[in-house]
Amino acid sequence: MASADGGAYSYSLTVFSPSGKLVQIEHALATVSQGTTSLGIKASNGIVIATEKKSSSLLIDSSMLDKVSVICPNIGIVYSGMGPDFRVLVAKARKSAQAYWKIYGEYPPTKVLTQEIATVMQQATQSGGVRPYGVSLLVAGWDINRGPSLYQVDPSGSFWAWKASAIGKNMVNAKTFLEKRYNDDISLEDAIHTALLTLKEGFEGQMTEKTIEIGVVTVPTTAELEASKIGAETGRPKPTFRKLTEEEVRDYLAL
Amino acid sequence: MSIMEINGGSVIAMVGKECVAIACDLRLGNQALTIATNFEKIFPVTDRLYLGLPGLATDVATLRERFRFRVNMYTIKEEREITPETFARLVSSTLYEKRFGPYFVEPVIAGLSPVPSASGKPEKWEPFIAATDLIGCLNFAKDFVVAGTSSDKLFGVAEGLWEPDLEWEDLFETISQTLMNAVDRDAFSGWGGIVHIITPDKVITRTLKARMD
Repeated sequence: MASADGGAYSYSLTVFSPSGKLVQIEHALATVSQGTTSLGIKASNGIVIATEKKSSSLLIDSSMLDKVSVICPNIGIVYSGMGPDFRVLVAKARKSAQAYWKIYGEYPPTKVLTQEIATVMQQATQSGGVRPYGVSLLVAGWDINRGPSLYQVDPSGSFWAWKASAIGKNMVNAKTFLEKRYNDDISLEDAIHTALLTLKEGFEGQMTEKTIEIGVVTVPTTAELEASKIGAETGRPKPTFRKLTEEEVRDYLAL
Repeated sequence: MSIMEINGGSVIAMVGKECVAIACDLRLGNQALTIATNFEKIFPVTDRLYLGLPGLATDVATLRERFRFRVNMYTIKEEREITPETFARLVSSTLYEKRFGPYFVEPVIAGLSPVPSASGKPEKWEPFIAATDLIGCLNFAKDFVVAGTSSDKLFGVAEGLWEPDLEWEDLFETISQTLMNAVDRDAFSGWGGIVHIITPDKVITRTLKARMD
């Protein structure tokens, strides 16, 4: 019954095994842990999310590859696991953020959007004819209510808030590394460097601006908040989440 | 006759200094026949936010329940109170959803919105008023908003009586006089009124005795 291939319970994803597991979800987690490493660190004045971007051939134009995605001006996500599944989730998350804007005239708080994504992922564990999403996500965002917050969402649809976390290949090592390095009053600049140092552990090949992607959440000042009240009318407030350009990543790597 | 004028009724909201006031008449009619003189058209949304719904009485009742439902769901899901600005957007989108078969109401929103501070806890409150038409076109005003069968009269009197930065006692006097003098010139509104003054630490509610004819 508890054979390596999952036995009779490995195909129908909605049937519990006698030991109380949904084997397909466990397999999805295995897919995630084979994926490239991603991590997120919450600093006192922002958040950084970063990932390793590996391409299978030199001939691939990696500048067109997006592993850190902007969902709405205040939220961005990164993943470990299956790229195509991530793309689908990004499309759904963006649509959900815009639907929220249409009702309330503002973008969703990080927790609400995370819940929304988690619901989509949970539904894939309970519906017929589908498989669970083969990704874990790190959701980083800022909102007026809770400030900067960092969430992890798993294929099962469960989610937690983290001060710092890592997913994908080497996640255990990376988390141990982060536990040693993290303290509550780390600044965003320090957090970016810690993120790069953590990625460097167990990085295969050269770490360059082409093989790294970074996204940051910054906390707006009171003056910027006032200005965004005007921006809200057009639905284009000043973003609090943004991706670092290749030039910026290169500068951080050089330091 | 217009559907908006079957049951009658009017609402007005005004901005004061660190306070807002919202008031309505109490009449419910069937065309020219007065059915009741205790029909309130203003409902609390949160501790510092009120919603006035003049218009077709059946839609007033329906929308009151719809907004109660949607605000309760919002409060639970987001673990916070809805701000007046966000609530105004919610009213607007709820009404526009029924663009081609609208609810026959003209909502008025009045409340105090928290000013974000460094500590996170709001220490200051900013007055907020808004009104929409029956399909949810928002009108944010800095002085006063009017709605209902005597809206044109309310507009005229308010124009003459309102002034900026009134303390809540003076704001009460201003909104009460505006309401009573306007509805006396309207056969479909009147028969008493009710005023709510929203201040940062309390809401003062007073009923007005008016001409009953």
